[in-house]
Amino acid sequence: MSVRGETMLWIAQRASAVLLAVCVTVHLVTMTYAIRGGLSAVEIFARTRGSIGWLAFYTLFVVAVTVHVPIGLRSALGEWLGWRGRSRDMVLAAFALALGALGMRAVLGVFA
Amino acid sequence: MGDGEIGTGNEASGAKLSVRIWRGARQGEFVRYQVPRHVSQTVLDVVTYVQRVLDPTLAYRFACRVGMCGSCAMTVNGVARWTCRTHVDKVAREGRLEVAPLRNLPVIRDLVTDMREFFDKWARAQGRFRGGATRHEDVARIRPDSAARMQVEAGIECIGCGVCYASCDVVARNPDYLGPAALNRAWTLVNDVRDIARTDRLRAVAGDAGCHACHTQMGCTERCPKNIAPTASIAGLKRETARAALRGEW
Amino acid sequence: MRNHSGYWAFAVHRVSGIALALFLPVHFWALGRALEGAASLDALLAWTEMPLVKFAEWGIVLLLAAHFAGGLRILALEFLPWRDWHKSLAAAAAAASLAVGLAFALAL
Repeated sequence: MSVRGETMLWIAQRASAVLLAVCVTVHLVTMTYAIRGGLSAVEIFARTRGSIGWLAFYTLFVVAVTVHVPIGLRSALGEWLGWRGRSRDMVLAAFALALGALGMRAVLGVFA
Repeated sequence: MGDGEIGTGNEASGAKLSVRIWRGARQGEFVRYQVPRHVSQTVLDVVTYVQRVLDPTLAYRFACRVGMCGSCAMTVNGVARWTCRTHVDKVAREGRLEVAPLRNLPVIRDLVTDMREFFDKWARAQGRFRGGATRHEDVARIRPDSAARMQVEAGIECIGCGVCYASCDVVARNPDYLGPAALNRAWTLVNDVRDIARTDRLRAVAGDAGCHACHTQMGCTERCPKNIAPTASIAGLKRETARAALRGEW
Repeated sequence: MRNHSGYWAFAVHRVSGIALALFLPVHFWALGRALEGAASLDALLAWTEMPLVKFAEWGIVLLLAAHFAGGLRILALEFLPWRDWHKSLAAAAAAASLAVGLAFALAL
């Protein structure tokens, strides 16, 4: 990858980190609140299905994860396994797509 | 002053220090020597004694021996330090001392490392000033309290001793990584308003071999004998390269 | 080279990141079962009541808190003007993440 590309990766990583800081906090708080009550699936769906607001929030969450996780793995793979070059980037791009697909499947399942 | 000059008095008291010194190159071993213990003795004193009295084949570097040149940097009990500024009393645990060459550099012999890649990376990071003025222009007027100049001041005292480079785990893991000293120098030049090579330099210091490989482990800042914080300089380069990339400057 | 707090901050950040990267696909896949309807999700929720799973959940939240705190440390070091107390950020991050982990454990 070009140095300009790597600079862009750094920017994307920090930007997605800030977004995740917000999303993770909201997620942990709501999950703690939700789990405490011991909600069943039907009760959960009653609160989440059809909620545009939560759908939008979790979609944003999934996008941030899809950006942040592969870039984070990239330096770990490079430094600890010595894996560099195109193959690493292609595999990570595929992983990003898979993560995004699985994430959106979950989001749609719960909120759509 | 104390118990007398080196070479008299204290030797009679018989206090000894056991020191292990690396002998060899990449392959080699630690060899143990017994040296007389003195008041205010430094690790450089110990190494010098070994070479002059016990084993003249020991290879090591020093120059000023007063903490100004950085030539005597070695690994002392696992930590990169200037040996002329390291008192034995401060580091010898139970009277034991281990001296090895600086890490992350090829060993020529014993305590002497090949510093070429350290300085090559300095050059690769565009770590030299490029000016656009001639003798016919006025001297540049730079306020010492301007934000840019204060950034320069914070990093300009580097004398290229290599302690930071030897203390960096990223250097150990990533052979292409330019390292804290080269990047710190590049940062002082990025902030030098007289320098005209800004875009070239930002391109040189960005990427996986440059500032973006820094993981803020801060080994450099922890160990720098001049109390420079290369981590801060590298953070500055991360911000500047990002700003320039987003603006399409390179 | 390894004896200072910054190195441990990096190590925790990286290991927790890798662990989370392995956990997330599983988390997404499990939740995707909601697509199959309420019964499927209920089966999943019942499974998560098991003590071992609760413990693992707590472990993951702890890893997340550690990674989050370490990430905030990095953002502070990279974006805030340099101050001497920045050297203590690793300790602060460790303390903060332990606090969050504890709070979550108590809330469960």
